[in-house]
Amino acid sequence: MSNFTSAISIAQNVASGAQSAASVVEEHLQRINQREEEVHAFNLVTSEEARERAGDLDARIARGENVGPLAGVPIALKDNMCTRGVPTTCSSKILEGWKPPYNATVVDKLFAAGAVFVGKTNLDEFAMGSSTENSAFGPTRNPLDTSRVPGGSSGGSAAAVAAGFAAVSLGSDTGGSIRQPAALCGVVGVKPTYGLVSRYGLVAFASSLDQIGPFSHSVADAALLTEIIAGHDPMDSTSIPKPAPSLVSVLGRGVEGMRIGRVADLPEGADADVLARLDAAFIALEKAGATIVDVKLPSLSYALTAYYLIAPAEASSNLARYDGVRYGNRVAANDMNTMYADTRAAGFGDEVKRRIMLGTYALSAGYYDAYYGKALKVRRLISDDFAAAYVNADVILTPTSPTVAFPFGAKTDDPLTMYLCDIFTIPTNLAGHPAMSVPFGTGQANMPVGVQILAPTLGEEAMFKVAAVLESAA
Amino acid sequence: MIDNGLPEGWELVVGLEVHVELATKTKLFSGSPNRFGDEPNTNIDPVTLGLPGALPVLNQHAVELAMRIGLALNCTVKPSTFHRKNYFYPDLSKAYQITQYDEPLNVDGFLMLPGGVRIGVERAHMEEDTGKSTHFGGAGGRIHGSEYSLIDFNRAGVPLVEIVSHPDVRTAEQARQYVNELRAILVAVGASDAKMEEGSMRCDANVSVRKYGAELGTRCEIKNVNSVRSLGKAIEYEARRQIDVLETGGTIRQETRHWDETDGRTHTLRAKVDANDYRYFLEPDLVMLAPDAEWVERVRAALPVLPAARRTNLAVLTGAEEDSEAVAVVVERGQDTYIEEVKNSGGDPGRALVWVQQSFAEEGNAPRLPAKDLAALTVLERDGKLTATQAKTVLGDMLEAGGGDPAAIAATKGFEALDTSVIEGFVDEGIAAQPDAWAKYCAGEEKAMGALVGTIMKLSKGKADGKVVTAILQQRRGS
Repeated sequence: MSNFTSAISIAQNVASGAQSAASVVEEHLQRINQREEEVHAFNLVTSEEARERAGDLDARIARGENVGPLAGVPIALKDNMCTRGVPTTCSSKILEGWKPPYNATVVDKLFAAGAVFVGKTNLDEFAMGSSTENSAFGPTRNPLDTSRVPGGSSGGSAAAVAAGFAAVSLGSDTGGSIRQPAALCGVVGVKPTYGLVSRYGLVAFASSLDQIGPFSHSVADAALLTEIIAGHDPMDSTSIPKPAPSLVSVLGRGVEGMRIGRVADLPEGADADVLARLDAAFIALEKAGATIVDVKLPSLSYALTAYYLIAPAEASSNLARYDGVRYGNRVAANDMNTMYADTRAAGFGDEVKRRIMLGTYALSAGYYDAYYGKALKVRRLISDDFAAAYVNADVILTPTSPTVAFPFGAKTDDPLTMYLCDIFTIPTNLAGHPAMSVPFGTGQANMPVGVQILAPTLGEEAMFKVAAVLESAA
Repeated sequence: MIDNGLPEGWELVVGLEVHVELATKTKLFSGSPNRFGDEPNTNIDPVTLGLPGALPVLNQHAVELAMRIGLALNCTVKPSTFHRKNYFYPDLSKAYQITQYDEPLNVDGFLMLPGGVRIGVERAHMEEDTGKSTHFGGAGGRIHGSEYSLIDFNRAGVPLVEIVSHPDVRTAEQARQYVNELRAILVAVGASDAKMEEGSMRCDANVSVRKYGAELGTRCEIKNVNSVRSLGKAIEYEARRQIDVLETGGTIRQETRHWDETDGRTHTLRAKVDANDYRYFLEPDLVMLAPDAEWVERVRAALPVLPAARRTNLAVLTGAEEDSEAVAVVVERGQDTYIEEVKNSGGDPGRALVWVQQSFAEEGNAPRLPAKDLAALTVLERDGKLTATQAKTVLGDMLEAGGGDPAAIAATKGFEALDTSVIEGFVDEGIAAQPDAWAKYCAGEEKAMGALVGTIMKLSKGKADGKVVTAILQQRRGS
């Protein structure tokens, strides 16, 4: 546990008048002033808007109003969520300066709950990466050791929480982009069930995999944030038509009698220090009354390959709209095709271009069946494997990341080594399931290790129960 | 063998792809108005503009209209999906069009042409329209070489249904009939106003020719056909072009061709080899569209009587031919129920059909003139109390006033029934006044009758019934 005040405590203090929202904001802005230059968690700090908002909340509270469960809680948003009138860049030059005319659904929900937005956080361009080194605006550094990466793609959101710049933050997770940076920065990170949280206003990377979720210091804060942003949204056709689950109330119920799955055929690649913490987590849960059961997920070893066909295929289509015609940056040319080519060549970074090319190829006539089509079949096999595993287990435990946070440049020369960072997180996205990373001690160089809890569709309750027990045992 | 107007031995094979804009209030995937003719770029929103983060939500009313079309065309409604068709063009805001691909909503139907020919309908699927580009300066309205282009996104996201026929059409006339009949059905079920001139209905033709009994020939797709008349002309031109190529030893290249109304020819637009690879894949932002059986049956039960059945009913009611123009026109205007009302008010349906066809072009499907008033007029006419000419005058007054008693109007105009004996008197006077004409007429010169009738009508101040006059003249001549 960190020494920062939790969102739940802040909201209680602000709502009761024990502390003003203004003073909470100042406290966080001061930390930003002190360390942001070094950490670079943000693309934009909205200090003026935050102060104004806090003052407004304090005035309403003084009038006796209930301003919501996140009263005065400073929140950072990954810079791929649309905020009305506030630049939303996806850390890409192609969208630099673009101001959305509308809010993402999650932004409206947080605002209605009384939150205070402090800024837009850095990410790997269009959420493509595992270290936040692919940002067009420079990398984010891990607040725990600034010579190391914070993970990615939501590295800015993870770092903002870890550094105390915001009490909580939102990220997006397409293949591990919340859980992996959470693990590397020593915070809690949740990827909810696909469809539990509206994607309306989240700039799409891979539509069938993207999901918004929270970062926080505590499991309870993560549960509260998930409750608040979840729920059906008529603006998102893939949103699950059910009310948001009740999660805070299940915390503390323990894991007595729960069956915790251990993957017998876990793909290789995790470091020994990481595996040691995973073993410790099993022991802690067993001590708390859970049963450990072995499960098999044979198709897991194909998940990474399938993901790197499906996600780029969708991305190649989702990112085609950045053509310089209607918004964002344009490189002028004498004819249309040259304008398209020059605009996209100048606007996108290497990793984005690499994935657009991969995806375009995978969908091309004559290659679709061999690549994209086959990847969809693997995706189905993975879902089948999970379904079989969850007959015997309530949740499954794996490492979140195969390693602790690594130094800058360690994996930038070969994209494939970088892709392997997500080997344990990607299967969840392919299956559409929920998963979360909980800090569970440290490994090499005293850097944090995260343990990942996987659950079946809408299995958030079981997942959070286990998370709460791990948190108290860590 | 059917007369297709082509040289001996050649068969024409045509399949038609018709796009119709659905008459919904809002767009296919967003809440912006679906309205033609508004100020450019006023009916837009984040979804229409393809802004980052915007997501499509399917318009349920559009689905219902699409089902009406499918069911009216005897299709089966099936669980269906949407795909993305990817290509770059400035008026395609997302750089992909959301369209149904391998699992369309409506499949395996047919349309019967008025002459009884059955044209198979392969599918009728849903998709969104693109924005509209206008290119200024440079070469002839094309983007290449133009100085600048403007885009209107009002049309982007307007719901379309594409109706694809089997290649069952064998003559240009059948193609025209198909489009006319399809339009009548679309209007009847309330799915679209189906106006080719305004672009709410657009038609492409896949044309090929072959020797009778041979394998299907290579087809060319003809685009930019903006009227039913042009469709016929374009098909006829294209068929002859292909026959000329084949008869001089050439081969047909599969390509898209552009119909040019001004020179009456088709021109190569792009060859098949240059076609885009659209990289279709399942649209991940939408879920499967699977209308339940109960919904499908509700839509089917609510379908109105279709034009073909209405033409049969009207023909039976009026005694007119089923394929007559009067029947076709009146059903197209939706005025057949009005004629039924005239009959139910005691009127003569045959005469009513004539008057409605001639004088009700501006009236729409609910004419202002009360059916009982037209009924009264047709009775006066049938009973010989008014001549056709007089009846037309009276009807003119009634239409202007929005109703009235035809007998009273006739009386104020001094229109009264003339007894045959009175007409006989005018005939006597007429023969006396035109002795030469009468002699010629008696000698068998039928043309001479015109002068006699004209004189007699003038003498009667138009009150004599021309038909009666003719009959008396014929009787007097003894023929």
